[in-house]
Amino acid sequence: MTPLSDAQIWLIIVLLGIGTYLIRFSFLGLIGNRQLSPFTEKLLRFVPVAVMPGLVAPMVVWPAASGGAADPARMIAATVALVVGATTRSVIWSVFAGLAALYTGLALI
Amino acid sequence: MNTPRSAFLSGLTAGLPFVIVVIPFAVLFGVVATEAGLDLLQTMAMSFLVIAGASQFVAVQLLVDQAPTLIILATALAVNMRMVMYSASIAPHLGPAPLWQRAVVAYVLVDQSYGVSIKRFEESPPLNVPEKVAYFFGAMAVIWPLWYLGTLVGALVGEAIPPEYALDFAVPITFIALFSPMLKSAAHVAAALVSVVLALALVWMPFSLGLIVAGLAAMFTGALVETHLERRS
Repeated sequence: MTPLSDAQIWLIIVLLGIGTYLIRFSFLGLIGNRQLSPFTEKLLRFVPVAVMPGLVAPMVVWPAASGGAADPARMIAATVALVVGATTRSVIWSVFAGLAALYTGLALI
Repeated sequence: MNTPRSAFLSGLTAGLPFVIVVIPFAVLFGVVATEAGLDLLQTMAMSFLVIAGASQFVAVQLLVDQAPTLIILATALAVNMRMVMYSASIAPHLGPAPLWQRAVVAYVLVDQSYGVSIKRFEESPPLNVPEKVAYFFGAMAVIWPLWYLGTLVGALVGEAIPPEYALDFAVPITFIALFSPMLKSAAHVAAALVSVVLALALVWMPFSLGLIVAGLAAMFTGALVETHLERRS
């Protein structure tokens, strides 16, 4: 293990903290209760379904744990979580169904 | 009537399932950061100041790879850029709250607190602003301290979690659980499809830019499809 420079580590911790905070504060802090245009509000309502699927897709298709190779157990677990979440509209059931499918799949495959 | 209190409690209930993910994820970060050579204070400082697991892992990995400071910061911050969209999306709901409350909300605006809250904010019956703030903090109330505590345990214990627990995949499953109940119209499904296809197709782009492009394209897809369907009906 090569020793890391303390100064570099602290610089990164502090700047990453400040930068991440500013990213999160951006719209919350600046917009306040200003009125947005109807189309902007419509755009923003799609943020969760526009960002999270794209965030997850590479993790499902190329999981890091298998060195990026497609893994049937993980694919099935993701599909189960998706279908259960979309049909029951319940976060909890989706998590439990997905994890149950994952561990079953890993045990069997 | 003490409705912010009941909103806090329902937020708390909605946030509870994420405990099973946050604990191992936080412990794992403690382990990885310590193994990478960060001391206890540095590991804890990172979890306190950043509170964004994915970017913390990225930063530590790049530190180990001896990447230049500027590259580490740019890459880790790019991983967090999606939170600009979270901030914009939650601003119409929490924007009218006092500035100090918004300042604290921003500090703990993570995937889970955002996902749990925005789902509720768009359902009926509608909550008023103090109730929304209470709901948001309720959803985060358990996860928040566990993030610090888990990091501490991981840094102190420092033992790798066996790979057969497949903890790498607990994170994507909770993200799927957060967005799948929101696929409630053709427009939402279209947005999700565009997001998935573009995120996979643009994975070669540096600094996670592919996700930002995919997210923006998917937002427009959803809004345009919805506008189109409204006109037809």
